[in-house]
Amino acid sequence: MRLRRGRATQAIAFTLLSLAMAGVLVALGTILSFILVRGVGVISWEFLTSFPRQAMTEGGIFPALVGTLCLAVGTLFFSLPLGAFAAIYLVEYARQGLLVRIIRMAVNNLAGVPSVVFGLFGLAFFVRALGFGISILSGSLTLAFLVLPVIIRASEEALRAVPQEFREGSLALGATKWQTIRKVVLPVGLPGILTGAILALGRAAGETAPIIFTAAVFSARLPDSVLSPVMALPYHLFVMATESIFYEETRPIQYGTAIVLLGLVLTIDLVAIIIRYRIRRRRRW
Amino acid sequence: MGLRGPKETLIRYFLFACAVTSIVILLLIVVFLFREGLPLFQEYGLGEFISGKYWYPTAEPPDFGILPLFLGSLWVTVGALLIAVPLGVGAAIYIAEVAPPQVRDLLKSLAELLAGIPSVVYGFFALVLVVPWVKDFFDLPIGKTALAASMILGVMALPTIISVAEDALTAVPKSFREASLALGATKWQTIRRVTVPAALSGISTAVILGAGRAVGETMTVLMVSGMSPIIPRTFLQPVRPMTATIAAEIGEAVWGGVHYHALFAIGIALFLFSFAINLIADWISQRYREVE
Repeated sequence: MRLRRGRATQAIAFTLLSLAMAGVLVALGTILSFILVRGVGVISWEFLTSFPRQAMTEGGIFPALVGTLCLAVGTLFFSLPLGAFAAIYLVEYARQGLLVRIIRMAVNNLAGVPSVVFGLFGLAFFVRALGFGISILSGSLTLAFLVLPVIIRASEEALRAVPQEFREGSLALGATKWQTIRKVVLPVGLPGILTGAILALGRAAGETAPIIFTAAVFSARLPDSVLSPVMALPYHLFVMATESIFYEETRPIQYGTAIVLLGLVLTIDLVAIIIRYRIRRRRRW
Repeated sequence: MGLRGPKETLIRYFLFACAVTSIVILLLIVVFLFREGLPLFQEYGLGEFISGKYWYPTAEPPDFGILPLFLGSLWVTVGALLIAVPLGVGAAIYIAEVAPPQVRDLLKSLAELLAGIPSVVYGFFALVLVVPWVKDFFDLPIGKTALAASMILGVMALPTIISVAEDALTAVPKSFREASLALGATKWQTIRRVTVPAALSGISTAVILGAGRAVGETMTVLMVSGMSPIIPRTFLQPVRPMTATIAAEIGEAVWGGVHYHALFAIGIALFLFSFAINLIADWISQRYREVE
């Protein structure tokens, strides 16, 4: 009798748990399909490659696409070397101690700082104090600080997964520590580090709050140097959907922009997931 | 050119400098937030800032009471957790303990996909679907309310909660489960009495990090919270969370003026919150390690 009641309780509990799981999947499915269905008709080669016209109420999103790519690449340019080198130090050189604990704490804290606070910091430091103005440079540096923890963590994980025997074998052959890292550890850990870089790229492309005060403008022009402000897909979507007077009339452009942004970011993430999956499967040691 | 050749030493120092950069960045953020935020208190009392009930930065004289903004953030965060904790923890238990092994990785990847959606896309989705729904369902004059913001923030907090909680559940040693099952417990009894209690600190960390995600989120709340700086009484009222206030007003604030400093002071408050949340999460996982 008690046994049967146990089974009944279990059946109810498992139903509730699968309902929770279903709820999560429904939320994901609703968001993706809603935007996809409404926006897919807007997407055309012309939409992607033409400039906005008629005070942003018609035309395409070319400058915003270019701006987002500039910001994402700029972000990676600063954060990838810095993050990868930091991870090499943490994994290969650092001894467990107070300093390493403080570095870890700093990385964890950076990861938790709200993105709008990075925006404030970027405004005070890069835009004003260093005088870079509202520009690709200021935006990329702000975003680079924001994604640094992502790159450090992924790189650390990748380097830690390299078996100790590889290092010992290389050192036993007379290689120096740096030679060992450069010729043995890094090549093996590289796909993992790249996974982190790709995830950071996706994050940088999708962030809005840090670039509102540091990089983004709402004007249909292409940047001519790293000190120019740029249009960006997330900022474009935000302004079109909330601050523009014609927010009702331009809904199709908004759905189109949302799809392009979503497609860009999720494709980037998907590439990272596939690389990570293949590394895990290929690993034979 | 042995292990300690000059080149090797130089490289070591260079890598060390890169690693220390994280600390430098964190310090820079602190220094600049305080440098731009603290001047507020030369002209405006700290006590008034913390407990002031009115945020009217452009009034004459201006009011910079952070209380309504803080409560706005608190309400949407609590609302988000009311949605995200049962759904997220439930889904994490399902993935770790109930789902067939073949689909486990797939389900986890799908949940993590939610983390990849840009916040402005969440905001846009909420604006065109959730806000009108809230307006019609509750028959309100405007749909941009704490409820609408909570609903979308709840979804945004899901991937953090699921991912961290699932890791914690998976980390519970298999022998725990086997011992319980061998004693005749059902799978559910094992989950409820053994696995979940053993993973409880990790699950708490998940909830805390989820709360951190909700407090710090800017774009979605900026787009759907309604942005009224009032002290909320129900979820059906518009609110003006701290993050959204910064994003909405920094453009119009005169550089170096009181309003500008006040927005950085909100930034300081947000920074301190995220710092506290990290300390708590850190402390819980430290304790967990000791128990193991």
